[in-house]
Amino acid sequence: MGKTIFDKIWDKHVVKIIEDGPSVLYIDKHLIHEVTSPQAFSGIEKRGAQLFRPKQIVATADHNVPTMNQHLPIADQLSKFQVDTLIDNCKKHGVELYGLGHEHQGIVHVIGPELGITQPGMTIVCGDSHTSTHGAFGSIAFGIGTSEVEMVFASQCVMQSKPKVMRINIEGAIQNGVVSKDIILFIIAQISASGATGYFVEYAGSAIRALSMEARMTICNMSIEMGARGGIIAPDETTYAYIKGRPFAPKDAEWEIKLAEWKQLFTDADAKFDVEININAADIQPMVTYGTNPGMGLAVTGSVPTLESITDPTEQQNFEKALKYMGLTPGQSLLGMPVQNVFIGSCTNSRIEDFRLVASIIKGKQKYPNVKTLIVPGSQAVAKQIIAEGLDKIFAAAGVEIRQAGCSACLGMNEDKIPAGEYCISTSNRNFEGRQGAGARTMLVSPLTAAAALLTGKISDIRTMLN
Amino acid sequence: MQSLQKITSRFIPLRIENVDTDQIIPARFLKATTKVGFGKNLFRDWRYENDDETKPKADFVLNQKQFSGDILVAAKNFGCGSSREHAAWSIQDYGFKVVVSSFFADIFKNNALNNGVLPVTVTDAFLQQIFAEGAEATLTVDLEKQTITIDNTGASETFDINAYKKTCMLNGYDDIDFLLSMKEEIAAFEKASR
Ligand code: SF4
Repeated sequence: MGKTIFDKIWDKHVVKIIEDGPSVLYIDKHLIHEVTSPQAFSGIEKRGAQLFRPKQIVATADHNVPTMNQHLPIADQLSKFQVDTLIDNCKKHGVELYGLGHEHQGIVHVIGPELGITQPGMTIVCGDSHTSTHGAFGSIAFGIGTSEVEMVFASQCVMQSKPKVMRINIEGAIQNGVVSKDIILFIIAQISASGATGYFVEYAGSAIRALSMEARMTICNMSIEMGARGGIIAPDETTYAYIKGRPFAPKDAEWEIKLAEWKQLFTDADAKFDVEININAADIQPMVTYGTNPGMGLAVTGSVPTLESITDPTEQQNFEKALKYMGLTPGQSLLGMPVQNVFIGSCTNSRIEDFRLVASIIKGKQKYPNVKTLIVPGSQAVAKQIIAEGLDKIFAAAGVEIRQAGCSACLGMNEDKIPAGEYCISTSNRNFEGRQGAGARTMLVSPLTAAAALLTGKISDIRTMLN
Repeated sequence: MQSLQKITSRFIPLRIENVDTDQIIPARFLKATTKVGFGKNLFRDWRYENDDETKPKADFVLNQKQFSGDILVAAKNFGCGSSREHAAWSIQDYGFKVVVSSFFADIFKNNALNNGVLPVTVTDAFLQQIFAEGAEATLTVDLEKQTITIDNTGASETFDINAYKKTCMLNGYDDIDFLLSMKEEIAAFEKASR
């Protein structure tokens, strides 16, 4: 029987299978950041152990950094201490750090791909659940906890039970005004926030093949939001073209060797999946979430479910709790609802293509007067590119300020928070209670739908605004 | 890591589905660089009005004095969302030794096991039976036998745990010790796969 791409990569990285237990899985690349690494460093020091393969680790500061005045010392003392601890730890243990002020600094899942660190066939981990992003390159990439960060420090391995495999096939062409964020929000709304728990998901089909690398990353990024261990897309010419020439991409003779290896990374025709789901790309519309988990999403023109449509009593209770938090009523339509904040950023949608999309909509127009904005590029490199392409001028002319790179309002760890009770149209990945600040009401959308809200101050159907 | 064999305790019923790790421990508490002291911020925004410790929310179960115990019982899909191990640390630091649910998110389950907190997955029906019990009722979780029992009624279920993790938990071993002992094997693997 044939193998899936997931099986091919996994099997190649198993050092040992423990009887009735997990496998010891070898990790090629380990990405770390300031928030989930300090306890792992101190753990390893307490054991008197050394980092096993420090050269396979790359560090950056992203979660807890300010997005203004990054050249100044961090004002919040706890944040400063955490970022300084990362600097000390990296120095002490010989880990490459792209800290604040470094040209490579940025959100860990943005910089890995843009530097060419992320490559097909690799195993990649990071103490962050959106590590699934890197699966867009045909790698096995998943988030781990801090104990596991310590395991990788100690041995370059983690202990993992092999997940089941699911394939989601999306065939056909997507509508105008629909982008990859809508595809993944549509999928999660279909299968729920826990629908893929225990699975590794392969995305396949002509609609996926047609996407750029950045669009594929947006899809893999949110795999975790349906519970999946990770997402993966088989590499193809689009992948190779993206990687070629990046700072850490293989070069010359090594490129040819790697390319030949990468071309073996596909799911065999007779491979079997535990679950397969088929989606018609034409059915997907611009999406928006109305609730407090990413599975509570609907077409922007749709209405919130009614109470009667939910039969399970616990689910009904949870649905009511979510709507109360969001200040919405069952059955209501969302189109035209006023919003007070727009956040464009996060490892889901903060790459150059996202900014190009937004710029294409707001060009020559003014932002809606009362809307507050947080527009945050994913990395220093993206910020530089925005200027190189003159997009910064389009934003400035529209009355919108662009911040410096970091996670920002995606998780509300720094001062970029949404005030309690206010709505935020957000290109990030989580609409949990309080995620963007205590009491903040997050509605997840694509960069296009966010741009529409920026101009209208309302939830709008971008399709009516395109020529 | 603390070992765990068998425990009989009252439990705290948290009838909420999809409890994500942002609720278990909000991001603003992730600035710490050690693992201690997270318990006091467990479920912070569900526990207090406007983040004010003098204003506990009466309708939240951790604030209801009749409920106590070392076991947390939650509705399905517990621990979804962020991979932050701080969630497991805060549950452990608060004093819970066992979390029961009909469904756990993957990363949380691993994080809990790595910190001596046992995740016990039960059927939906059994979960409802537990929720039907009063504040006085106790549960017994026997890791060796892999059983969970509602002591009042004697109703019991077995639960799954992989044999390796079970041994670790019973003895308080952790994976890092194991991996450190494998270094030579790992170095040999590196050489062979190059
Ligand atoms: S942008 Fe948000 S989801 Fe992505 S790594 Fe940062 S905090 Fe995590």
